[in-house]
Amino acid sequence: MNFHYSAAHLIGALVLLLGFQLLYQRRIAAVIRSFAVQAAALALAAAWQAYIQDSPHLYITAAIALVFKAMIVPFALNWLVVRLGIHKTVETALGIGPTMMIGVALVALSIVLVLPVTQNASALTRENLALAMSVVLLGLLMMITRRNAVSQVVGFMALENGLILAAVGVKGMPLVVEMSIAFSVLVAMILFGIFFYRIRERFDSLDLHYLESFRGER
Amino acid sequence: MSAVWQILQALLCVALAPLLTGIVRWVKARLVGRRGASPIQPYRDLIRLLRKELVLAQDASWLFRAAPYLVFSLTWLAAAMVPAFTTNLLLIPAADLITLVALLGAARFFLALAGLDVGTSFGGIGTSREMMIASLAEPAMLMIVFTLSLLAGTTAPARIVDHVLAGGIGLEVSMGMALIALILVAIAENGRIPIDNPATHLELTMVHEAMVLEYSGRHLALIEAASMVRLLLYVSLLACIFAPWGISQSGKGEIGILIGLASYGAKIALGAVALGVFETAIAKMRVFRYADFLGGALLLAVLATIVLYVSEAV
Repeated sequence: MNFHYSAAHLIGALVLLLGFQLLYQRRIAAVIRSFAVQAAALALAAAWQAYIQDSPHLYITAAIALVFKAMIVPFALNWLVVRLGIHKTVETALGIGPTMMIGVALVALSIVLVLPVTQNASALTRENLALAMSVVLLGLLMMITRRNAVSQVVGFMALENGLILAAVGVKGMPLVVEMSIAFSVLVAMILFGIFFYRIRERFDSLDLHYLESFRGER
Repeated sequence: MSAVWQILQALLCVALAPLLTGIVRWVKARLVGRRGASPIQPYRDLIRLLRKELVLAQDASWLFRAAPYLVFSLTWLAAAMVPAFTTNLLLIPAADLITLVALLGAARFFLALAGLDVGTSFGGIGTSREMMIASLAEPAMLMIVFTLSLLAGTTAPARIVDHVLAGGIGLEVSMGMALIALILVAIAENGRIPIDNPATHLELTMVHEAMVLEYSGRHLALIEAASMVRLLLYVSLLACIFAPWGISQSGKGEIGILIGLASYGAKIALGAVALGVFETAIAKMRVFRYADFLGGALLLAVLATIVLYVSEAV
C-alpha cells in the first residue's frame, strides 16, 4: 500500500471520526466546534486529493470548505446561539450510547452497500465513497436524534460535508458543481437563521418538539 | 541473557513507577501555578507508609490481609511482561495481551473483594463503581486486542513490536483508532481524570480511594505501589505497541539495550508530561457518563476493525 493511498484513507477516516464526535457532544458550543474541526479535516482531504489527483481546482474546493464551512458557518452559528441565548445543554431525543451504536451500524451498512456496487472502481475511490456515505448517514442520524434546531442544522451541514467528501474523491467532478453546493449551503444557512428567529418568536424555544403540538400531532 | 534483562526490567518497573507518578503530579502542580512537591516525593511517601504501624479493622479476614500482596504481585508480573526496552525477555513466550488483561483483572478482583471485606459503606461504593468501570473497560480492551491481532497477526506484544519495526503496518487508520481507544481505556483503568480523581478523598466522587480507605501502613504502601506500577504498565504498553522505536530486539547486543533504555526513559517522561497536561485541561466526569466515555472507546475499537475489513477487501 503506498503512502498516497494511506494518507487519503487516514484523512477520510478522520472526517468520519469527527462525525462520531458530533454525535457524542451534548453542548451546543461543543457541537459547533466539532463541526468546524470536521470542515477543516474535509478541507485537508480535498487538498490532499488535489495533490494526488493533480487537479488544481480541488484546491479551490478545499479553500471554500476552509473559509465557509470551517470559519464563517461556525462563527455565524455561534453568533446566533449567543443572540438567541440558548448556550445550554443539548437535548437529545435518544441517549448518546444508543445513538453511537446506531452510528456504527450505519457505517457497517454503508460499507456493505458501497463495496459490492463499486467492484470496478479504484481502491481509493471505493473507500472514499464508503467513508463519505457513512458521514452522510451520520449527518442524517444527527438530524433525526436531535431536537434542538441548531444541532439539526449542524447535522445537515455535516451531511453536506459527506457529499463534498464523496465529490472530491471522484475524478473529474466539475468545479461549478462544487461551487454551487457551497453557495447553496451558505444560502441555506441564512434561511435557517431566519427560521430560528421565527421559531423562537413563536414558541420561545428552539426545541422542535413544540412544532409537533402545533401540527396537531399531540 | 534474557533472564538478566528480565530481572532488570522487573526491577526497573518498580523503581521507575513512583517517579512516573511523581512527575505527573509535579507537572500538574506547575500547570496550575503551584510549586509542587519534588518528583521523588512518592518514594518518600512509600517509605513513610512502610515504616508506619499497621492498623487492621476488627472484622478484617485473612483476605483483607492477603489482598495487598496479591494485587501488587499480579500487577508487577503483568508489568514485567510488557517489553519496555528489549523484546529479549525470559517471560516473552508467556506474554500476551490477553494474559495481561487477565492478570490485571485478577488484581482488580482481589482489590474489590478486599474493599467489600471489612463491610464499610465506602468500600462497597468504591467496589461497585470500580466493577462498573471494569465491566465497561474490559470489552473495549479486548476489542483493541482483536484489532491489533488482525493487524499484526498476533496478540503477543513482542511480536507486535517486531511487526511494527519491520514496517509491516505502516500508516494505518485502524492503528490510530486503536491508539485513541487504548488511551481512553488506560485513563479509565488507572482511575485518572475524567473518570476518577486520584488526588481526591471526596466521598461522592472517589472510586479507587474509597475501596482502599481501610488500608494503612505497609498494606497501603503495597496498594499505592501497585497502582503506580499499573500506570507505568499502561504507559509502557502504549509506547511499545504504538511507538516501538528504539526497543532492542534479540541479537542487537549491549548497545541496543542502552539505546532501548534511553528511548524508554524518554517515552516515559513524555507520557508523564502528556498525562499531566491532559488532566489539567479536563474536568472530572459524572459517574453516569462513564458508559458514554468507555462506550466511545469500545465503538472506536469496533470501528477500527470495520475499517480494517474495508481496506483488506481492497
